[in-house]
Amino acid sequence: MKMPVSMTVNGQKVSGEVEPRTLLVTFLRENLRLTGTHVGCDTSQCGACVVHVDGSSVKSCTLLAVQAEGSNVTTIEGLAEGDKLHPMQEAFREHHALQCGFCTPGMVMSAIDLVKTHPQGLSEQEIREGLEGNLCRCTGYHNIVKAIAAAAKVMNAKA
Amino acid sequence: MYEFAYHRPASLAEAKTKHGGDDDRRYLAGGMTLLPTLKHRLARPTDLVDLARIGELAGISVAGNTVSIGAMTKHAAVAASAEVAKAIPALAHLASLIGDRQVRNRGTIGGSVANNDPAADYPAALLGLGATVHTDKRSIAADDFFQGMFATALEPGELITKISFPVPQKAAYQKFPNPASRYAMVGVFVAVTGGGPRVAVTGAGANGVFRVTAMEEALKGGWSADRLKGIAVPADGLNSDIHASAEYRAHLIGVMARRAVAAAG
Ligand SMILES: Cc1cc2nc3c(=O)[nH]c(=O)nc-3n(C[C@H](O)[C@H](O)[C@H](O)COP(=O)(O)OP(=O)(O)OC[C@H]3O[C@@H](n4cnc5c(N)ncnc54)[C@H](O)[C@@H]3O)c2cc1C
Ligand code: FES
Ligand code: FES
Repeated sequence: MKMPVSMTVNGQKVSGEVEPRTLLVTFLRENLRLTGTHVGCDTSQCGACVVHVDGSSVKSCTLLAVQAEGSNVTTIEGLAEGDKLHPMQEAFREHHALQCGFCTPGMVMSAIDLVKTHPQGLSEQEIREGLEGNLCRCTGYHNIVKAIAAAAKVMNAKA
Repeated sequence: MYEFAYHRPASLAEAKTKHGGDDDRRYLAGGMTLLPTLKHRLARPTDLVDLARIGELAGISVAGNTVSIGAMTKHAAVAASAEVAKAIPALAHLASLIGDRQVRNRGTIGGSVANNDPAADYPAALLGLGATVHTDKRSIAADDFFQGMFATALEPGELITKISFPVPQKAAYQKFPNPASRYAMVGVFVAVTGGGPRVAVTGAGANGVFRVTAMEEALKGGWSADRLKGIAVPADGLNSDIHASAEYRAHLIGVMARRAVAAAG
């Protein structure tokens, strides 16, 4: 039986009717057509589906849409301001932190949460440990780590 | 996932009523174990009763010599808590090692304890510190609570409300994580509490978390990693799987226990 669900996604109020078993990622991709959030596994391990729910990074493949009722959700589509990329997106571009790009939306969402929870700055090791929930099969992580370190400087200077 | 009905109770009493002790109904906490299980169709509950909106179930408080952690408190909150870090640093450290950041942002202590995965971290802390599991009906000592792989003293519908930990004189946790899943291949929690030294092992036992009394006895003579040298944990009753043989796990228990004793200082 379907249930009503409503939440704020990228600043806009949205609502719909979903089965309780509908995952948040399915709601985002299929109901809202926000396909930037990816699904890379069925074991909650790859992090391609990471979005922010009420400010913290979570795996949207392991959350029911109905659990996010009333929440504030941000996806990769909600980061840029018009044509101006978020500093984390800009740093990924600048430092060549992606190849196929499949893991990138999840990486960027996790990285932003990581920087925000470490206002005092991040060591390389903290960045690598902070990415334990995100798998990349292309880059070898090296440039991703570099990009996050660079973006952290920009983001913390602004804050 | 198979179909199910979903309930979002606002109070403990309402949650109890919605569950009703029916084996086909399940409480939903962080969902970090339950939802993957449902996605793989390994369980088929008719109803999920979501505990997330019950305010009284979350939160950390320290009073006197006791740290109390509400069942719905997330791993990330325990890892980041200044109060926990001050009273039982080993517990905050353990929480920071669970899974990855996104798992810690959703997973809860109550869910982990109720699930009693043989490779989960919290059961080692509960047993190693001699904690108490509080439910809507009663209080259960950790020594009586964990009853084998995925088995606990919980009755159908019984709901964990909080866990209370006595503040130890010293404690430490050392984990050898599986590099892919992050679960413990072997994790050892050591502590000195009012009742003396305790050594609890997770990840290794075929029946889940267990204490190593030979090590506890040895540590009564003095707190030093050297005292554990030569104490062999038998491989009998330990897990053998694609990740590690029982013999390898037995060896790791000794190594991780000595490291934990050294880390506790
Ligand atoms: C990728 C990944 C890596 C992980 N790595 C680790 C790790 O390294 N170490 C580790 O310990 N764990 C790990 N976990 C598991 C994680 O810690 C889970 O959060 C935890 O095991 C279950 O907690 P939950 O809140 O998500 O519970 P849920 O999944 O919601 O529930 C689990 C079970 O407990 C029951 N339950 C929940 N709350 C209560 C309650 N208050 N009273 C009674 N019953 C209740 C539910 O009905 C269900 O049967 C990992 C999980 C994932 C997905
Ligand atoms: S899709 Fe892999 S963790 Fe969500
Ligand atoms: S860039 Fe291809 S998976 Fe990361």
